[in-house]
Amino acid sequence: MLEASHLEFERGGRALLRGLSLALPGGELLRIAGANGSGKTSLLKILCGLLAPDGGEVRWQGTPIRQLREEYSRHLVYLGHAPAVKDDLTAAENLAVACILAGLAATPQALEQALARYELPPGIPVRRLSQGQRRRAALARLLLSESAPLWLLDEPFAALDAPAAQLTGELIARHVARGNAVVYTTHQEASIGAVVQRMVELG
Amino acid sequence: MIAAARCIVARDLLLALRRRSDVATALLFFVIVASLFPLGIGAEPNLLRSIAPGVIWVAALLSSMLSLSRLFAADHADGTLEQMLLGAAPLGVVAAAKVLAHWLVSGLPLVAIAPLIALQYDLPAPLYGTLALSLLLGTPVLSLIGAIGAALTLGLRGGGVLLSLLVLPLYVPVLILGAGSLDMAAAGLAPQGQFLLLGALLVVSAAFAPWGIAAALRISTE
Repeated sequence: MLEASHLEFERGGRALLRGLSLALPGGELLRIAGANGSGKTSLLKILCGLLAPDGGEVRWQGTPIRQLREEYSRHLVYLGHAPAVKDDLTAAENLAVACILAGLAATPQALEQALARYELPPGIPVRRLSQGQRRRAALARLLLSESAPLWLLDEPFAALDAPAAQLTGELIARHVARGNAVVYTTHQEASIGAVVQRMVELG
Repeated sequence: MIAAARCIVARDLLLALRRRSDVATALLFFVIVASLFPLGIGAEPNLLRSIAPGVIWVAALLSSMLSLSRLFAADHADGTLEQMLLGAAPLGVVAAAKVLAHWLVSGLPLVAIAPLIALQYDLPAPLYGTLALSLLLGTPVLSLIGAIGAALTLGLRGGGVLLSLLVLPLYVPVLILGAGSLDMAAAGLAPQGQFLLLGALLVVSAAFAPWGIAAALRISTE
């Protein structure tokens, strides 16, 4: 599904990616590992098309993503390092906005259920929630994005407590088991159920 | 696509409603700047009447600049902008929706309050309509052009100053036409020519600026 060939990327005079190639078929999980500053987030941003690599290209089902643009964006869910939630909106409002922007049709009941799974209070502005709860508010989108064949997750387990991390792990495992592809970055060991897992080590 | 645009306008208006102080700042700035001139210059009615068009329009320009730097900065900081770049709707449509919301919050209130400012300058009552109409046509152009600058200077250190340097020269045609329409009307002539040109500027910038903003956003997020 997702292929990258000979990716080159340089930041601040330091080569982060040197001729990196990878292929991710559906039904597999790819973990990008590496120390802080080794280029995990940059690689993820290149894979979703937010950053242009200095060399090489990323292909989605055989077509370069530069040509596909919005057509490719429609197939993926990217959850970046910043949680993309507005402090002045409630978790429910944030989730509704995120779904409409991504072009997902979500019923109010589905939104409510997604928030309940992550144990988020729907009516309180996110400003008054903790860091971990903000992260949960961003991750709740995964429950509504099961139709997207590619998930790109930047540090999905950061700042989460054990139950939330377990729920996220289960969601990822289930998504992969349905034949979709998931790429995630982490610098710590995380256990995600019995799925085919590949790993790219940077740095 | 339309759903996404409507959602962004509604979201930005809701955010403005929850952060009323941000909205009030730009409006109060306009009122205070425009009110300082009569206090500083003195109450000579003929002088005030003749400087009114320029002063009111310059105050409108500066107050529109004031809120520009925040247009994309918050979305950039909390990651929402990345989601917009990766959203299902074309980025130009998203940019147009952002600008529309910005104008509704920072431009439209100026149109509403301008007649009150005109009172301080002893402008004759028939000119209130001309002033409001020129602001109604001109302020959306300010938001559209300014948004390109705001997108280009996104994430730069000292971006605010650079933004004014970039954008203020581009505001000059709007300033000349806007203030000119009032001068014409004050001289007893019909200001149609200025209005038509302002309208043309609005149409052209509404058609092309969103794509310029989209390109600028892609450049500054890479």
